[in-house]
Amino acid sequence: MPTITLIEFNGREHQIEAETGKSLMQNAMDNMVPGIDADCGGACACGTCHCFISDDWHEAAGSTDAMEESMLGMRPDRDDSSRLSCQIDVSEAMNGMVVRLPEFQM
Amino acid sequence: MNKIADLPHPLTTPLENIDVSDPRLLEQDAWRPYFARLREEDPVHYQADSPFGPFWSVTRFEDIVAVDSNHQDFSSEPAIVIGDMVEDMTVEMFIAMDPPKHDTQRRAVQPVVAPQNLAQMESLIRSRVVEILDNLPVGETFDWVERVSINLTTQMLATLFNFPFEERGKLTYWSDVAAGSPEIAGGDVTQEERIPALMECLETFTRLWHERKGQEGGGFDLISLLQRDPNTADLPDRPMEFLGNILLLIVGGNDTTRNSATGGVLALNQNPGEYDKLRADHGLIPGMVSEIIRWQTPLAHMRRTATRDLEFQGKQIKKGDKVVMWYLSGNRDETAIDKADEFIIDRANPRHHISFGFGVHRCMGNRLAEMQLRILWEEIMQRFHFVEVMDEPERVRSNFVRGYANLPVRVHPR
Repeated sequence: MPTITLIEFNGREHQIEAETGKSLMQNAMDNMVPGIDADCGGACACGTCHCFISDDWHEAAGSTDAMEESMLGMRPDRDDSSRLSCQIDVSEAMNGMVVRLPEFQM
Repeated sequence: MNKIADLPHPLTTPLENIDVSDPRLLEQDAWRPYFARLREEDPVHYQADSPFGPFWSVTRFEDIVAVDSNHQDFSSEPAIVIGDMVEDMTVEMFIAMDPPKHDTQRRAVQPVVAPQNLAQMESLIRSRVVEILDNLPVGETFDWVERVSINLTTQMLATLFNFPFEERGKLTYWSDVAAGSPEIAGGDVTQEERIPALMECLETFTRLWHERKGQEGGGFDLISLLQRDPNTADLPDRPMEFLGNILLLIVGGNDTTRNSATGGVLALNQNPGEYDKLRADHGLIPGMVSEIIRWQTPLAHMRRTATRDLEFQGKQIKKGDKVVMWYLSGNRDETAIDKADEFIIDRANPRHHISFGFGVHRCMGNRLAEMQLRILWEEIMQRFHFVEVMDEPERVRSNFVRGYANLPVRVHPR
């Protein structure tokens, strides 16, 4: 069970014991972390589970595919560390990972 | 164009006779059993013959998400409604473009509806809502559509475009005309009315564009944003694209919120237990807003066009075939949404609905729509114990806009 820290835009931290084999989005939802909407339920189709992966953890979190890129491309607040959390499958390699949540989802 | 024969019996007619593009299904509020049967018996349904030509209907939630998020196989060009544009007035809008052109145009206007910008607009919107509600007549029956829903959305549009406030009624008119032709969606606006109206819209916005161009600074309205973005700075040089994108923003922000603002009143009247829940706890409003948008599904469908021969859920779809995603049906799919036919204002997961679409074309203004409806209901509940529906509404004839021409109501102050 890797420990992952999610930080809301207002700075509030949530440390969760994440379940491997589930997405980061699902883990955040299961732990009632506010700031992720996940309207489409994890289909990479709405962009409302946007998050920022801290620098040291990009490799562990994996890379984006074309679909995720096109959804991220519509976010005005997108940056180099942007990911859709539904597209990140939690693994043991993510133990200690820090994830920041955006000011808004849209 | 519209058939004169009675609607076929939804349960006994052969499947091939079920033509869900018939605009009377929404006008007569008769659509539910037809879509329920398709979801059950033939979820990806081929309609060989309709006034709009042959088309596929995709009716289940998960299948709609799959089509909507696959823009490579299912193109938004040339049109996103069942009917094609008539040839003498082919406007171009980014909702009917594929990436990458879609992406650049959409990015130019997206910031205006980003939540930070919306937060700055909230107090202005609230003050306008308050004025509308405080001027409603008490003790007499009036039309909620005209007095509240249209008024609210028209004022919002004028704000977004920084459009001359006293002329704002034109925005509503252009929206109705643009979305209401029989060829496109089974409505009843004639070409004789449509073309001059749309030309007037183009001329007006071209004039506004040039007036605003000379101004110092530059505001955060949609016209100024388009002017500042290099990809759209010369948009008026391409008049049909300019008109198309203006119309898209008008229609997108008009019919949809207008009909959800009406639909919510109707839904609460049809479900008095839910109205009681709301009276007891105004904190339910944000979730209720999502539920209203699901329940109403103000746009009944979006269309795609297959870019290649492919198999989808066992059906052979040919390149060039029209593929219609029925959001109205997906939002009633019991396999994706618990008790989908019921209106429940405190659902566990109310945002999981399909009204905004999915994929790169997902509704850009969804947060604006939610904010408008949230403020509307917060202010309604401050003032009125009951917005009472006095008679059945008159519904719009269309297979695209699921809307109301009127809704007679009375308001009962707290």
